[in-house]
This record gives sequence, C-alpha cells and structure tokens, in this order.
Amino acid sequence: MADTAQASSLSRTPYHVLTGGLAILFLFPLLWCTYASVSPQAFTGQTNGFGFGNYTTLFKFGIGLGGFVFNSTVISVLTVVITLAISTLGGYAFARFKFWGRDVIFLVTLSILMVPYASLLIPLYVLLNGAGLANSLLGVALIVSMFQLPFATYMMRISFEAVPRDLEESALVDGCTSFDVLWRIMLPAVRPGLVTVGLFAFLAAWNDYFAPLILLSDPTKETLPLAVAALRTQILLGQVDFGATQAGVVVMAIPCVVLFLALQRYYVRGFMSGAVKG
Amino acid sequence: MQQELQHSRSNSRRWSWHAQRALVGFVYTIPTIAFIGTLFVTPLILVARMSLSNWQLLGGGGNLNFPKNYVSIWNNRLFWPAVSFTLEYTILATILLIGLGLGLAMLLQATSRWISALRTVFLLPVSLGLAAASLLAFGFFSREIGPIGPFLQSTGLAPGGIAFLSTPIAALLSTTFLIVWKFAGFYMLILLVGLQGVPEDVYEAVQIDGAGRWQTFRYITLPLLRPSLGLALILCITGSLLAFDQFFILTKGGPDNSTVTIVQVIYREAFQRQNLGTAAALSVGLLVVLVLINLVQLRLLRGTET
Repeated sequence: MADTAQASSLSRTPYHVLTGGLAILFLFPLLWCTYASVSPQAFTGQTNGFGFGNYTTLFKFGIGLGGFVFNSTVISVLTVVITLAISTLGGYAFARFKFWGRDVIFLVTLSILMVPYASLLIPLYVLLNGAGLANSLLGVALIVSMFQLPFATYMMRISFEAVPRDLEESALVDGCTSFDVLWRIMLPAVRPGLVTVGLFAFLAAWNDYFAPLILLSDPTKETLPLAVAALRTQILLGQVDFGATQAGVVVMAIPCVVLFLALQRYYVRGFMSGAVKG
Repeated sequence: MQQELQHSRSNSRRWSWHAQRALVGFVYTIPTIAFIGTLFVTPLILVARMSLSNWQLLGGGGNLNFPKNYVSIWNNRLFWPAVSFTLEYTILATILLIGLGLGLAMLLQATSRWISALRTVFLLPVSLGLAAASLLAFGFFSREIGPIGPFLQSTGLAPGGIAFLSTPIAALLSTTFLIVWKFAGFYMLILLVGLQGVPEDVYEAVQIDGAGRWQTFRYITLPLLRPSLGLALILCITGSLLAFDQFFILTKGGPDNSTVTIVQVIYREAFQRQNLGTAAALSVGLLVVLVLINLVQLRLLRGTET
C-alpha cells in the first residue's frame, strides 16, 4: 500500500510541474502588460520610476479616457438590454408555445451563426447610413445584439424548457395574464440563463472592434479599443507610445477579468449548452 | 343531448384557448422577427444586390454591371495572396489550437482545487477582447518594450534580439502565438465538456481489459469525443478563415502585404478604395464558401450521432 501511494505522489510531481509551468506561461503576458503600464520607459508618459504617467496620457488623448469608457459602456449596456429583452421573449415563445412558423423563425435565428460578420457589415453600413444611424452608438449596439441573438435565443429557450410546467400552469389557473406569468414566475426561474446571456453580450460589445471601426468615424464616438489602437499611431518624438498602449490594454481588460472571475460559473454554463460560437 | 352540447362547448373553449396561446406565442416572437428582418435578412438581400452593381456610398443604387465586380476579384492583386495566406494561417492555427486545447483538457479532466484554479488561468485570456489581446501583443513583440528580447540577450541566446514582426514568417508565427494564447482555453473548455460526457465505467472496463494509455486514447476517448472535436473544428476553422482584428492591429497586413487576410481585402476594397460593389461581391463569395463549409461539417457531425 505504502509503495503505491509513494509511486502515485512521485508520478504526480511531473504533472504539477507541467501544468503549473503552463499556467505561468499563460499568466505571464497579462502580468507583463500590467507591469509595462506602470514601469519607466523612454518615449512614454512614464520615464522616471514607477507610476501612472501612461494612464495620464490616456486621459489627455482625444476626448479623454472617460469619454472612451463612456462610449464603450453605452454600447455594452444597450447591447445587454436589447439582447436580453429580445431573447427572453423569443426564447419563452419557442420553449412554451406552439404556433405557425415557430420552427422556421427559430432556424433563421440560428442561421445567423453561419454568416460571416464581415459579409453583413458592408450592407449594414449602407443601411444604417440610410437610416440616419451612421456614427451612432445605438447602431453598433443593434449590430452586436443581432450577432448575439442565435446564442442568446438558444440559451433562453433551453432555460425556459427546463422550468417545470406546473409552476406556469398553476399561475395561469390563478388568473394571471401571460405576461404576468413571464415577468413574475418565469423570469426568476431562468435567472442563471439571463446572467449567462447578459455576460456574453457584455463581453462581445465591450470588446468588439470591427463594427465600431466601420460604423463610427466621429472621433467623439470612438470606443476604447478604437482609441487605444489609434493611440499607437500618435507618434511622440518619432516613437510609438508603447506605455500608453499597455495602459489602455489594462483598462480594457479590467472589466472583462473582474466579470469573468465573478461569474465564471455562468460563463462555463454557456459552453455546457453547446450553443457557443466564438 | 345536454351532454353533447356541453362537450362541444368545452371543445370550442379548448380550441379558443389553443388559438389564444398560439397568438400570444407569436406576439412574443415579433421583436425577434422584426430584428432579424431588418438587421439580417434585409442586409443579406442588399449585399447580393450591391454585388451586382457599381454601388456608391452616397448615390446608392448604380447600374447593374454583373459580372464585373466578380470578375474584378480575379484581377485583384491582393486577393489570391490573401486566400493562400488565410488558408496557411487557418491550418497552422487549427492544428495548434485543437492540439493544445485537447492536451489541456486531458490534463485537467479530474476535479480538484488545483485543477479548477488552473482552468481559470487558461480561461482568463479568453475573456479578454481580441483587439485588447492584439494590442498587448503589439507591445509584447516590440523591440522597444518587449520582454523576450532582453531575456534572450541577457542569456546570450540571441544577442541582437529577435524581430518578431518584420519578416513574413515571423509575423505569421507571432500572430499565431497570440491566437493560441488567447483561445486555447476556449477549446479546452469545449473539449472538457465532451470528455465529461464519457462515462467513467467505460474507462474502468477497458482498464480491466488491459488497454494501455495510448490504446485507451485512440480507441475510446477519441471516438467518444468526436462530436465535441467536430464542434471545436467548425469554430476554429470558420473563426480563422474570418481573421481580421489580430492582423489588422498587430501586423497591419505587413511586412509587404504578406499577412493580408481575406476579410482585410474586403475592408480595403470598401473603405480605402471605396469600391462597395467589389467588396459586396467578395462578401457574397465568402458567405457562400462559409455556408458550404458549415453544411459539410454539420453533415459530418450528424453522421457521428446516428
């Protein structure tokens, strides 16, 4: 007995070294980036000793860090609200009602997954221009929401399907209207699904680069990723400002990392459903 | 008689209840229908129409000129190099991502505190945006502040430092490295879900039968993992074929246009050369190819389920 225990603890050592080493490799770029954003470097906003000079550069660039964060936040919040509203109503209908055309509508929603982002953005750019939504944060939020819809609708459908039917039926017998049932009985029951959908929608909107790049040309509407990417081309004394770039990456990463660590359970749930498409 | 009447009354009540349910259900899908109609179906039709004409951003419309836009793809100087580069990148990224994802999933299959902490670490880069990760890599691979150059110089391995982005092959490898770092955890998670679907007693049974590690992997794990592997492959291949952010930000298509992807060609046609018609034709072509790839892969996946 003692022999086997010893053998297994010995064979575990290389396992821990291998997996631990890989983990350090994966963490290293994130740690380096945080370090680089506060460490002294020539041709940056932080030349002497450690400090937050690079972050000061971000506040002075264009409409300022606050403005970029505001724009990105508006797009993200709008996307979360629009995605949740549409996919909750749709998911409930697909899960619990039988009506003509239901399966076709659901399939068309899922087929959005097959169409490349780039293929739709050219005509969407023309359409939004025509609708007066060029340079509009709402326009970007609408597009990001549309691409979230297949995952969100699928996720909400399976969430509603998992709720016991008795819960709904007893409320209907008590004379609640259908919307009352959805709002007061069903929504609390599908809360985990709502958090998963909201989390994915937020991350997609906060991090999106392509849609804002194409739709937003007004400098006051720039999002955080657009601004930090543009910051690199602002040459200071013949040098790219690498310090401010890394400070920008830290600012972009903070909400993602915090939300991910706090809601990891809900994030993994999205994968368990098999409905994810990156 | 009375009974019959009652029966038919309850029948009609039931029918009207069903009709009402159907109506309510339909009303709940109206936002979905409106959204998909305006933001998905309409642009699909519009992109097809645009690809047939000399579309102007401000003038719109334009005369039909089919097949001029499609023919001009053939003569686009950037197009064929972009196709071959995108394919090269897709093959390289897919092999590395699925390989590493599978390796990580196999290593982190059990449950323990150590393992769940490690899973979190590998998933952390996934939550980051691709643009943010590309900008991080832009500094990481730079001569100015990159950490690897000084390290190699101090160890004497590469006294002159390494140029991570200034030759075509280095730019491709550096970008692939970034993508593997960013997405390996994503594929690990998909394959972990698949591995957890394999019943424990299957492993016990083959161990009793005296199967070795490689045999267990080859004849048990791999076949049972096929649906998850299929899903991972679809996502990885389609995602890589549509690569944009990482090359647009990190290499800007350089050096010498050696890392221009198909989506970058579309972007340049539309927004730098103002050829919306040609960009639309490229979009339609890309869309058709992707739908075909998806259908083929879905069929292969379905085949494994039955």
